[in-house]
Amino acid sequence: MASLKDMRVRIASTKATQKITKAMQMVAASRLRRAQQAAEAARPYADKMSAVISNIAGAAAGSPGAPALLAGTGKDQVHLLLVCTGERGLSGAFNSSIVRLARERAQALMAQGKEVKFFCVGRKGYEQLRRLFDRQIVEHLDLRSVRQLGFVNAEDIAKKVLARFDAGEFDVCTLFYAQFKSVIAQIPTAQQIIPLVVEEKAASGPATSYEYEPEEDELLSGLLPRNIAVQIFRALLENNASFYGAQMSSMDNATRNAGEMIRKQTQIYNRTRQAQITKELIEIISGAEAV
Amino acid sequence: MASFHFDLVSPEKLAFSGEVDQVDVPGVEGDFGVLAGHAPVVAAIRPGILTITTGGKHEKIIVLGGLAEVSEKGLTVLADVATSLTELDRAKFAETISDMEESLKEHEGSELDQAIERLDHFKSIQQQLNSTAMH
Repeated sequence: MASLKDMRVRIASTKATQKITKAMQMVAASRLRRAQQAAEAARPYADKMSAVISNIAGAAAGSPGAPALLAGTGKDQVHLLLVCTGERGLSGAFNSSIVRLARERAQALMAQGKEVKFFCVGRKGYEQLRRLFDRQIVEHLDLRSVRQLGFVNAEDIAKKVLARFDAGEFDVCTLFYAQFKSVIAQIPTAQQIIPLVVEEKAASGPATSYEYEPEEDELLSGLLPRNIAVQIFRALLENNASFYGAQMSSMDNATRNAGEMIRKQTQIYNRTRQAQITKELIEIISGAEAV
Repeated sequence: MASFHFDLVSPEKLAFSGEVDQVDVPGVEGDFGVLAGHAPVVAAIRPGILTITTGGKHEKIIVLGGLAEVSEKGLTVLADVATSLTELDRAKFAETISDMEESLKEHEGSELDQAIERLDHFKSIQQQLNSTAMH
């Protein structure tokens, strides 16, 4: 049985922990707001970009001279999984749910006899994947030193991916990230970025026939690599917002758990204290009676 | 004068959105002006200065490459970087140019051509900046 002093110490330390988790929750909440704004600000650009691309690509996809980024290399033997995770933990299942999705995909692909390579963005994902697929991780990058995610970070990643694609190191590239739905819901998502999947346009009347300047194929070959960077940038921003959402809700849980624990510990402490007082009284009374 | 809707978006933010009379866009194959009722066009943009005209007032914005789309809904410019002329840090811009000159040595082949072309665009922006600063 722990002494009363031990119990007091334990309650005090639980209270200190609760203060920390409470503070982390509030920090995450304020960062979440900013991350969410950034993610929303990037949306019009990404949407417009994919609209323009699908417009041009629809026409170009069938032609034999279509660029490899659109038509693919004609094989799907080697897959590159671009896994974007957070830099920090203490965010519930955020990192591991992205990693789980990537891992399941990798195992399914390997079962089909395909080759799988990884490109990890973010420290947490790298640490988890390293245990299973150490040799298949071709590159990893952490964005720890980056304070404010900028488009340059995405461009940097895109450049590395494209260099590997041009060197013929893989055929298909899939991007893994958590899509931000709300504070309590972040959906791990897999999105194929190379070759580009052109969405079927909704039948909403005839599409506008544009004039192109320069010619379509030239325009497209400039746009496709750009689109990769844009998609990665969007994934990073979504991920960032998801991360703070997940951290906020997990820290909220932790604060509540700590509160519950403090309540229970205080109750045990009081009971023990009362029992001790009762015991002392009994000893005094029975001592007095014996005299 | 008939006006039309113009959106200027960069990956990081929506830089401009509103009704305008005319926009002069620095296209890859030459500058072009867009007025209300322009034919649908998709054009690539080179680094240069974009001019927005609303009610006789001009606003100049520096764009560093991107894409312009004209449809019946109006003009949308997807710029890689969009900075208003008033916000631009000239010293930093000059620094970027000298950095680019430095890094020219590292490129070769068609990459070198691209780098030089880009540098030329940057220099012409700087020249325009300095000439407008005079008056």
